[in-house]
Amino acid sequence: MRVSLLLGSAAALAVLPAAAVPAAAGTSPSPRPVIGTAGTSFLTATTVEPGQPVRVPASTGDYLYWSFAAAAGQTGRIAVTVALPPAASRHGAATYAIDVFDGLRRRQACTAGPQNATAAAGTASVRLQCTLRQVRAWAEPWSDDPLPGTYYLRLAASGLPEQDLGLPIRADVRITAKNGTAQPAGAKLKAPLSPAVAPGATLAPGATPSSGPVNSAPKPAERVKGWFSWPSSRWWWTIGGGVLAAVLAVGGYHLTRHPRRWFSALR
Amino acid sequence: MIFKRSFAGGCLLVLLALAGAVPVAADDGGAAEPPKVELVLDVSGSMRARDIDGRSRMTVAQQSFDAVVDALPAETQLGIRVLGARYRFPGSSKALGCTDTQQISPVGPVDKARAKAAIATLRPTGWTPIGLALRAATRDLGAGETTRRIILITDGEDTCSPPDPCEVARQLASQGTHLIVDTLGLTLNDKVRQQLTCIADATGGTYTAVQHQNELTGRLNQLVQRAGTTYKRTPVKVAGTAGCADAPTLAPGVYTDRERFSEHRWYRVTVAPGQELRASVSVSLDRTLNLDHGVLLRAVSGAGQELVRGTDAGSGRTDVQSTGLRWSNQRPGASPSPDGGSGGTQVCLVVSNSFSAPASVRTAPGMPLELTVDLAPSSDAPGGPDLGRGWLLLLVLAGTGLVAGLVTGWLARWRVAIWKEN
Repeated sequence: MRVSLLLGSAAALAVLPAAAVPAAAGTSPSPRPVIGTAGTSFLTATTVEPGQPVRVPASTGDYLYWSFAAAAGQTGRIAVTVALPPAASRHGAATYAIDVFDGLRRRQACTAGPQNATAAAGTASVRLQCTLRQVRAWAEPWSDDPLPGTYYLRLAASGLPEQDLGLPIRADVRITAKNGTAQPAGAKLKAPLSPAVAPGATLAPGATPSSGPVNSAPKPAERVKGWFSWPSSRWWWTIGGGVLAAVLAVGGYHLTRHPRRWFSALR
Repeated sequence: MIFKRSFAGGCLLVLLALAGAVPVAADDGGAAEPPKVELVLDVSGSMRARDIDGRSRMTVAQQSFDAVVDALPAETQLGIRVLGARYRFPGSSKALGCTDTQQISPVGPVDKARAKAAIATLRPTGWTPIGLALRAATRDLGAGETTRRIILITDGEDTCSPPDPCEVARQLASQGTHLIVDTLGLTLNDKVRQQLTCIADATGGTYTAVQHQNELTGRLNQLVQRAGTTYKRTPVKVAGTAGCADAPTLAPGVYTDRERFSEHRWYRVTVAPGQELRASVSVSLDRTLNLDHGVLLRAVSGAGQELVRGTDAGSGRTDVQSTGLRWSNQRPGASPSPDGGSGGTQVCLVVSNSFSAPASVRTAPGMPLELTVDLAPSSDAPGGPDLGRGWLLLLVLAGTGLVAGLVTGWLARWRVAIWKEN
């Protein structure tokens, strides 16, 4: 009886960590309207929600911008397919690249690619991918770690024959976000890294700017946390550890206090 | 146990599905001006050529214009200007032909029937004074806070330069209102393409080579829609100085300026204690440049001490080179800077670049520079976490519990033994 109780508690504890780590889950599967536009600069970037499909007709040589919001703990993944103009009208190989920038227009690294690819003169399309670093909950002001806020995606031809400019292409973009546990634990950025998009104003020297609401690029919504991640998985580990300690303490006490019951039961 | 586990997993999936981070859409707000767009159509003699889907370039352009006028968003103000509609080319003098541009539909709420009737009467006729037409179109669009867009449709290179239409476009973009010129070429001619891409690059616009009717209509509609949705996101003009002392003080927002090669531009921001300065800068590559380039943004204190810098460099074809920085004013009350006004620290932002161009490229006006400034509450460094996690923690806690239990039990036995003896 006692042994089965102990085994039960141990099994229950073993479940805890497995459940406490938020599972990798994609965004909701409900179909969303296709976005048919792209901006031409950081300021005019079209806002895309992760999971929303984008299909934009464009011209070779265009610089296409989209922006999306990422919250702490998320890992963004971008997949782009560029349908190239008919091979007959092209004059050589073209290199396409995706660049990702954070809300402060700082270049962000891709941990997996290919971020840029060269399409030979005959190929019909080129496929690009970029997996971003996991967004951190906090970082020192001097670092350029990825932080919650706006991210910009730029798709452009980084090299192509001059004669091929202006020909029709089509870009399909898919931005997805994978949730995870944000590092460092317990830290928080007070305001997401979403830059102002409204025109500014010059002030008299020495005047302090009024801190009114400023229009800004897309901000991530505060993440609603699942039951198992509330308030953080550390609670579950610690509580589980406490229970385990208590059970083992009682077991240990009984072992020294009445050793015969234990060893006779085994015999 | 298996039931429990799968139930827990199910709950988790549902919760995570509900909890997906939904971004809050940006709110544009601000100016009440309507979006203003002007279509500039080349009606020069070469538009007679029948090479788009077997029809003349003129017919195709007219049909596309009709479709655009029909699909026009209600609030968009569209003007139409033509060039080369009056004096024959060849046949009339260059002096006369190169002054040939008229507005056939003013920039304002569009009377669809009138606009279409005006388009229908156009016949391919004369010269191609693109530079002049661009200047006139900019005047038509008027001054204002928001972005103006010119859509230039032509099939031939400028027959009236000088002035070079590309230089004209760069000049127009550098003065007064924020202007973008999108260009559409109705031919695959090399010279036309070079001229139109130059105009587009100089103003941050796009270039499209049109080979079919549906491409022209689709692109025109896309450009008009783009004008309608993004025209309010316009930077305000500011003039940076050569030093920190007389630099303009900026409030949060977006600014634009011009910077020449190797020039330094200074701006000032007042950062209150407990605030974080966030600044970013983009320098547009609006002309032919040498292969490698870079941009540097530094935050410098009033005393000249460097606080933080952001830098990025690149090589080859790109539209902008950009970087950004954050700086927290985290010392409340400590050492107010000598030039600090009402409680805030004066921080100077310096933008510099390492662009260069072949000798033939003009350096004036400078390259467009876009600066965003934002002030946000600064975030303190997090303390260590109060709780633990991981298998090692469980092992330590369990081991401690077991030892405590064993020791307590042993102590109890020992005490009972002593008590029995006594």
